[in-house]
Amino acid sequence: MHPAFSVIFFTALSGAGYGAWFWAMIFFTGGDHPKLSSSAAYLVVLALGAAFVSIGLGSSVLHLGKPLRAWRAFSQWRTSWLSREGVLAIATFIPFAFCLGIAAGFLPIDGTSARLMAILLAIGSLATVLCTAMIYASLRTIPAWSHRLVPTVYLVFALHTGGLIFLGVFAGEFLFGNDIAGLAVLLTSMLAWRLKRRYWRDIDRAELPASRASALGLPADRVATVFERPHTEANYLTTEMGFVLARKHAAKLRLIAVVLFAIVPMLCALPLFFFPITDTRLLFGIAALSALLGTFVERWLFFAQARHVVMVYYQDAV
Amino acid sequence: MTGLPLPSKKKLGLVIDLDTCVGCHACAVACKEWNAGGIAGPLTDERPYGKDPSGVWFNRVHSYEIEALPAPGAQAASASACSSEESDLLAMLAQPAMTLHFPRSCLHCETPACVTVCPTGASYKRAEDGIVLVDEDKCIGCKLCSWACPYGAREYSAVEGVMKKCTLCVDRIYNEHIPEPSRQPACVQACPTRARHFGDLGDENSAVSKLVAERSGVALMPELGYAPVNRYLPPRPRRAGAVAMQPVASPTVAREEKLEQEQLPSLLRWLDRALSR
Repeated sequence: MHPAFSVIFFTALSGAGYGAWFWAMIFFTGGDHPKLSSSAAYLVVLALGAAFVSIGLGSSVLHLGKPLRAWRAFSQWRTSWLSREGVLAIATFIPFAFCLGIAAGFLPIDGTSARLMAILLAIGSLATVLCTAMIYASLRTIPAWSHRLVPTVYLVFALHTGGLIFLGVFAGEFLFGNDIAGLAVLLTSMLAWRLKRRYWRDIDRAELPASRASALGLPADRVATVFERPHTEANYLTTEMGFVLARKHAAKLRLIAVVLFAIVPMLCALPLFFFPITDTRLLFGIAALSALLGTFVERWLFFAQARHVVMVYYQDAV
Repeated sequence: MTGLPLPSKKKLGLVIDLDTCVGCHACAVACKEWNAGGIAGPLTDERPYGKDPSGVWFNRVHSYEIEALPAPGAQAASASACSSEESDLLAMLAQPAMTLHFPRSCLHCETPACVTVCPTGASYKRAEDGIVLVDEDKCIGCKLCSWACPYGAREYSAVEGVMKKCTLCVDRIYNEHIPEPSRQPACVQACPTRARHFGDLGDENSAVSKLVAERSGVALMPELGYAPVNRYLPPRPRRAGAVAMQPVASPTVAREEKLEQEQLPSLLRWLDRALSR
């Protein structure tokens, strides 16, 4: 599938933003911080997450052929995951607005009602990421997308990249030690790596859900090879569904992705166990940036390596 | 609404005869001609006289070579001296190599994923006759429906920013301003070998349903579960003769995917070069 940069930006950035919101809100409701307004870090992580989510959603709207009609996408939530994603993304901005107002000191409420908003924001964040994943996971025509690990991978990458952003902002505000933060980074990095290794191994072996014989209505034992294509030049189908660049370089790009999203963050976390570092912002900042870049490469591969079943009509080697 | 209507009694669709199709592309051209000005129009072309022309078509005619099929157990039969009737029977099952022309268009599925994935309700299936259409005034051009379709029936118009697809010539088949014999899809009318038939596949007694029953018409990729309405009539068995009795010489060679560097945008071309080192 053609990897549109706008959709790569959308899934990677909005995932990181939602992940950061999730961790900050869980930290707030589960920890001993009494007030959202007690620390500037909440304001920073909410604003940063909002920037990521908005840039992501904005780029996904620009990916549309008719961006001005985007509002129509809120109507078909009964059947369409894309519509559900849109509805949830907008709905999640409501608890976000409350949390931002409380954190900025505009809303003089805190305590239980603030906790309720924080929980809603955390749930909305994860649910939106899940809907984003389901847009792809619901397409049976593309086995690399309908693979059963896809929703989990999207959630784990959102929690991983968002977690690093959260740690970067909250450095020095912890109620827990550096070693626990380091351990969390090691865990999410390992989990993301393991899931992707499993996923890549599976999709390398996966076959398209239908054979050429079935696509042409022939008995399964007839072997058909392309004699003449319907058109001499490329068309929408061959450029959108027949993208081959990433498959050519898959091994190298996968290595680059793993180094960026898992190995660099793990190397950044290691010193936390051995040295009494007080200002960890730089370490987590590097780790977050690297993980985000790694997620871009991972998403690029997720799109570009996915093979669409319609190509059985066009290509002999699919 | 992108929810699917209850299954309609009337299921309008096409029956395409792969035995008589000669691959002349007349259906594709007639379709383009009619629909460029019909309710689905314009069917935009980009750089039609340029170096790399492209455009929206609802019909695409593929051509394939089909390998010869040896009779089952052909070698074993010739080794052991079996009766002549038996080997005649086996020879009937053998098939020679042949060319297959395959017109591909929307199959107007009974459970089309292209409709349910649509976030806006632009994509819909008509309750009265089962035709799958796009309301271009509601389409936001997210392309999701084209990803959901395994048959490549939908083509995006980058110029207009909306998705396009076969309408089964809905503006012809019900059109009272044209003579009744012309109330057929343009592709069906244009076909010089009568390889295309239009009718109600929901009605067991319709001409198309009888044709499908008689010629054992098939649905494409039925295992995906979208329940296409259109049917394809497979090529009739050929007399193979002695040639097909011989073992097939060339097993299919896995051909490598080809990447055409010149077609890539400059950033990707640079990336391809950097990664190829």
